[in-house]
Amino acid sequence: MMRALMSNLPLLLDDVSVRAGATTILDRITLTITPGAPTLIVGPNGAGKSSLLRLCMGLVAPTSGRISWGGRTDHAPVRRAIVFQRPAMLRRSVAANVAYGLAQAGTLRGERAQRVAFLLERVGLAELGDRPARRLSGGEQQRLALARALARDPEILLLDEPTANLDPAATRSVEDVVRMAAQSGVKVVMASHDLGQVRRLAGEVVFMVRGAVCERAAVGDFFDRPSTSEAATFLRGDLVI
Amino acid sequence: MSDQPTAWQLIITGDPALFEIVCLSLLVSLSAAALAAVIGMPLGALAALVRFPGRAVVVVLLNAMMGLPPVVVGLALYLLLSRSGPLGEFGILFTPAAMVFAQTVLIVPIIAALTRQTVEDLWIEYRDELTAMDVGPLGRITTLLWDARFSLVTAWLAGFGRAAAEVGAVMIVGGNIDGFTRTMTTAIALETSKGNLPLAMGLGSILIVIVLLINAAAWGTRLWSERQVSG
Repeated sequence: MMRALMSNLPLLLDDVSVRAGATTILDRITLTITPGAPTLIVGPNGAGKSSLLRLCMGLVAPTSGRISWGGRTDHAPVRRAIVFQRPAMLRRSVAANVAYGLAQAGTLRGERAQRVAFLLERVGLAELGDRPARRLSGGEQQRLALARALARDPEILLLDEPTANLDPAATRSVEDVVRMAAQSGVKVVMASHDLGQVRRLAGEVVFMVRGAVCERAAVGDFFDRPSTSEAATFLRGDLVI
Repeated sequence: MSDQPTAWQLIITGDPALFEIVCLSLLVSLSAAALAAVIGMPLGALAALVRFPGRAVVVVLLNAMMGLPPVVVGLALYLLLSRSGPLGEFGILFTPAAMVFAQTVLIVPIIAALTRQTVEDLWIEYRDELTAMDVGPLGRITTLLWDARFSLVTAWLAGFGRAAAEVGAVMIVGGNIDGFTRTMTTAIALETSKGNLPLAMGLGSILIVIVLLINAAAWGTRLWSERQVSG
């Protein structure tokens, strides 16, 4: 479809900082996100994982530095999607939530019903299309948010701790959807502080501390041979301050 | 006075004059509430979403105007609509149209102010998602109004209740003309001043029952449809 016309990848962050008043939220980050296996953003609470994802989505403008998507610097979030840690459910049915995402992404009216069915099937909510979205369980809401994000036919999918409050069964079904998306060629960038999840999903790890990227490594190297003392401390389960 | 029928007798016998008064009251207040919703809800949503200098002043004004005195609205519209007024050429003073106009002016601020509050609360919840989905300004307004529709029923009811209960504005611009612009509230005021208290009380009871019924119907609809769509 539009894939040939424009690409969001590589996503380049060049010496990007985000500050709010005197507080530095993101500190001189230089990062390249290229197609491939999921990039997991890891770090203690308050390290700036969510802010980095918002920046990558174009929701936050850098205070200094440059960010570009496939060479473009405009912020129109075409074929980018994000799932927030607590996604807001529109006060509509499950199917209508996905249809809304499709409409906003420019899917033609006539194609929507079929796409809604496809996307709900993909996230395992096909039976619940008529249910009010806000009556779903936490795990189901996350999967609906994933379906709504996938409705944007994203090249890059940003996920902010989508399983933070879920039980293991719900976590597995969310991870299955993420894995499926990654296998179909969507670049997944996901924040997590569940190290087991990082092992299960990651191709590479970006480890953040205090708003800065501290270490970046392939997942195996990160766990076996962390190159910074902060990462080693974090992996031991000690507090990184 | 003893040969005058009581309010109950009028109701039970379906007195045509009484029926006419009740119908006109409902027609005027429901029309005003409908018009005010069409004007006030988008206005409230705009005030909730658009950031501009002096917005705080507008919000305070809007909230203050919820308490507009009906007689003052009536007087202002009387001056506008009277023969020598700027809108005098339309000749609608002392007609039901003028009454609808007056009540609309009276309740637009109520509906707009309550809508603003509701939409602003919902916007806090939806802001990130709608921004991430690249929803434009018009889309934001329609999405928020639609998704807030159950709460907006309450805003509409507040407006309708105010319109149905007020007497000052309709009295001044309608003129309380028998069989033409007489509403329940103006009739109650007139009958009370004439000393016909049973009729005044009867009309008052009918008014309260009607307002109760409409509120109950709207509330029931809200609960029912909320159960269908929302959690």
